[in-house]
Amino acid sequence: MAITEDRPLALEAGAVTKVAARPLGALTRPQSDVGWASWFTTVDHKKIGIMYGVGSLFFFLFGGVEALMIRIQLAAPDGQFLSESLYNQVFTMHGVTMVFLVIMPMAAAFANYLLPLQVGARDVAFPRLNAFSFWCWLAGAIFLNTSWFLGGAPAGGWFAYAPNTSVTFAPGSGMDFYAIGLQIVGIASLVSAINLIVTVLNMRAPGMSLLKMPVLTWMLLVTQFLLLFAVPVITIALFLLTFDRSFGANFFNVEQGGSPLLWQHLFWIFGHPEVYILILPAFGIISEVIPTFSRKPIFGYPFMVGSGIAIGFMGWGVWAHHMFVSGVGEISVAAFSLSTMFIAVPTGVKILNWLATMWGGRLRFNTPMLFACGVIAMFTIGGLSGVTHAVAPSDTQQTDTYYIVAHFHYVIFGGSLLGMFSGFYFWWPKVFGYKLSEKWGKINFWLMLIGFNMTFGPMHVLGLQGMARRHQSYAKEDGFGFWNGIVSAGAFVIAFGTLAFLINIWLSARSAKRNPVEVGPDPWDARSLEWSTASPTPVHNFDVEPTVEFQDDWWHRKWGENEEGKIVRKAYPADIAQDGSATDVHLPSPSYWPLVLSLSLPVIGYSVIYTFWLMIPAGALFLAGFLGWALEPADDPEAAHGHADHGHDDDHDADASADAADEGASVG
Amino acid sequence: MTDTAVDAAVDAHDDHHPSDLFYLKIAAILALFTAFEVGTYFVEDSVPRWFLFLSLTVLMIIKFVMVAAYFMHLKYDTPWFRYLFIGGLVLAIGVYTIFFLAFDLFGLG
Amino acid sequence: MQTLRLMLLTKEPPLADSKLSEATPAEATETVTEHTVEHGTTTGISNNKLLMWAFLGSECLLFGALISTYLLYKERFNDFAANLAPFEQDGRNIGPRFGGEDGEGVFDIPFTSISSFILLGSSLTMVLALSAIRRSEYRSFRIWTLTTAALGSVFIAGQIYEFTEFVEKGLGYSTNIFGSAFFTLTGFHGVHVSIGIVMLLATYIMHKQGRLNSDKAETVEIVGLYWHFVDVVWILIFTIVYLFPQ
Ligand code: HEM
Ligand SMILES: [Cu+2]
Repeated sequence: MAITEDRPLALEAGAVTKVAARPLGALTRPQSDVGWASWFTTVDHKKIGIMYGVGSLFFFLFGGVEALMIRIQLAAPDGQFLSESLYNQVFTMHGVTMVFLVIMPMAAAFANYLLPLQVGARDVAFPRLNAFSFWCWLAGAIFLNTSWFLGGAPAGGWFAYAPNTSVTFAPGSGMDFYAIGLQIVGIASLVSAINLIVTVLNMRAPGMSLLKMPVLTWMLLVTQFLLLFAVPVITIALFLLTFDRSFGANFFNVEQGGSPLLWQHLFWIFGHPEVYILILPAFGIISEVIPTFSRKPIFGYPFMVGSGIAIGFMGWGVWAHHMFVSGVGEISVAAFSLSTMFIAVPTGVKILNWLATMWGGRLRFNTPMLFACGVIAMFTIGGLSGVTHAVAPSDTQQTDTYYIVAHFHYVIFGGSLLGMFSGFYFWWPKVFGYKLSEKWGKINFWLMLIGFNMTFGPMHVLGLQGMARRHQSYAKEDGFGFWNGIVSAGAFVIAFGTLAFLINIWLSARSAKRNPVEVGPDPWDARSLEWSTASPTPVHNFDVEPTVEFQDDWWHRKWGENEEGKIVRKAYPADIAQDGSATDVHLPSPSYWPLVLSLSLPVIGYSVIYTFWLMIPAGALFLAGFLGWALEPADDPEAAHGHADHGHDDDHDADASADAADEGASVG
Repeated sequence: MTDTAVDAAVDAHDDHHPSDLFYLKIAAILALFTAFEVGTYFVEDSVPRWFLFLSLTVLMIIKFVMVAAYFMHLKYDTPWFRYLFIGGLVLAIGVYTIFFLAFDLFGLG
Repeated sequence: MQTLRLMLLTKEPPLADSKLSEATPAEATETVTEHTVEHGTTTGISNNKLLMWAFLGSECLLFGALISTYLLYKERFNDFAANLAPFEQDGRNIGPRFGGEDGEGVFDIPFTSISSFILLGSSLTMVLALSAIRRSEYRSFRIWTLTTAALGSVFIAGQIYEFTEFVEKGLGYSTNIFGSAFFTLTGFHGVHVSIGIVMLLATYIMHKQGRLNSDKAETVEIVGLYWHFVDVVWILIFTIVYLFPQ
């Protein structure tokens, strides 16, 4: 629903608006932006970003416990810890959780918090839609996990190959939770992708041309485009699955000639872009961290951006490398093998650029930088093993073994997750106004890095020895015992690393409370706009809308060249940063309705699974949310800033149409 | 917002409001093409199959483009809309063509 | 790639210059409202329209998947029905079963053609509604909006009728893979049309409440974009599903 909130967000540079905060009528909007209740109604992109972050960390612990359960089971031959059936559920939910409920929302946390700041905007283009995305994601995530208590979680692996997912082979409702849960999470992703695309294209500060945007902004933008086009494909795949299971369709019913390959194609047409959705945000994050801690601009900015875009494009032409042994025919295999090898090129460009950025820089190895270096090293290993299974004959040996498991953990854990941790340490002072402890940060990093390599390094060996993935146990004679022991030990080291992160948060928060230290707007001497405003970021982001002249504009305001071409300081951050003191900046009012609307979706889900009658409360919730949203005053009616000619409901414009657009997204 | 930007935007998408008569003409042409399309159904047995496929496809594409260009104003509106829509369209055509190739539907693979 | 290059080269509006910043806000808005240009967006494009177009771009992939599934299963159904005999054991068919009708057996082309004309006509009335509200001719705006919604409803009614006919003739949703693919594709389209009708009625009501007038013609334009999109999808479906020789 489209309030563009253009007035407050597009203030003339320097303008400060006065607001009389007195809403009218029965459908008032919640006003408070402090206190716990405000989190439920907030439309502030920063709070939403924080909620995404907290949510994803919560599910990270969840998925982590699942991982530990898998590793306890496999630590020694003939494990007895989990039954076959439970084992299937646990590894399936581990994968689904880590991909859809951890990495994606974690990336969304950074995207929400940072995109508007980095382009110099006061919020996203559609603040209420943004809140809807978050609640929708959370609703889907919880819905999916309720399957544990309702007859068992899905057990078909994260890619849920047909016909294993049919009622015959998966009689419980686990698969239904998978299909509908991911559907709801998908709606969240799609809505947020559209919102963020519009934000980046339309809400940039004056002078912020596309090629002056930070690399992180670019990578997040490419990610949103991938989501925009990939989500509808999995949407259809999941619908077909639901229709098969709930309404007797025959899409994956082999008996009737349905084709399991259809599922595989649709899933991986989504699935391969999805892996870039997972990695590109992390690439973006370390592209901010590395220049900052090397005190150099990013090397080859156009190549950095270009290779990101190239990855975005090429990611659409390689999906069948997941299906080399599915019987797609040798021409397909050859073609996809070739295209997969090519996609390693832009990835390599990025790695070289990061290294070139560090080359000759004055390096500081603070925790964010350590994590970023970890990403480069670990991702390179994962990328290389990726190329080894781009070679189809070799993949025929590797596929469905632990070698694949090693590959994707090196790219997803070693790439995406370490990248996000780098981001946590980097932007923590911006978000919360205090730094995380370096000491604990280093403990966190080294435990994670060592644990990670202990866990996933030996999996290469196990895979090449022939240990198949997704098997509940192995025999002593198989000879997998030794390395599995190491792997399981490594998993616990990672767990301690995660614990160190939590301890770090706790200790740092406590000490920040006891003896607050002013971190200042720009504690790392960083480069992009978010560092030009106070820490923690004031609600209105910028007192004055920034005007941008250069790529890395903020850095150019602090540093310049003297006559000899040496870099010298022009100004100190504390002197030129905005202090966040502007009052009365008019911001979009909070709203209840995104939450209400998103609550209807899981109820619809239960209704499809259990009984049609639940459609009544679901419909009621939906209608309430929908009408409330459409009818609530888009803003405080008195807040007409000199646009008297516009009348007060200036912002109602396209409510109805965009409402229906949302609905379109959720229905189709 | 600067005046140049406003002008640019106005140029880009709002100076061209075709007249109702123009829309009527477009609709008439569309109706005519649809009539052709339907007509093929009645001559199905006397015309070679490849010709039917070809002409139906061509008519379909023309109709699609006309509605998008004129009714949806894509022809006159800012190029950004074209990038978004044609981007999605081309991507869809590309991806699903490869999908068919992989499925042996075109007799290859 | 061409598109990409264009995107990168697109000129950005130059930095703030004098004229508008000197004008008082009221004057400034006056110059723009006439053309419904969004204030303060970088590209000068309205956020709402950009949202709709991004959404429609995404819908291409959605309907692409459905149409592809349909084509695949139509072909498979024909192939298998022609080439595979039932595999019997103890008098029971334990091989693939290909019962029921397919499109050739049930389609009523003249009927569906009328539906197609109706939906096409609704696109015309939609643009007429838009151009009416732009000219502040509210009476004809109301008429054309309601006509569009009515034509859409007739189309949906026709679809419902058609579906029941097909079921009676022996093609149900679960009958075979063709049925599943056909009803899913056309059903998705039908749902889209229905949402469009709701949107049209919503604009009508908003107009009645006085919340939607010529200065907000853009709302109607956005509803129109959606509506026309649903129409172009039908252009594809009508040819690919109904008219292509079976
Ligand atoms: C250098 C670029 C890459 C290449 C050449 C590559 C290649 C491959 C290939 C060929 C497979 C299929 C192996 C099989 O199942 O037999 C695969 C699996 C996988 N890749 Fe990559 N990959 C690359 C980067 C990435 C990235 C960046 C990610 C994610 C962030 C990723 C995530 C995955 C996942 C999750 C799987 C396994 C899916 C599954 O079977 O469950 N890959 N990769
Ligand atoms: Cu892949």
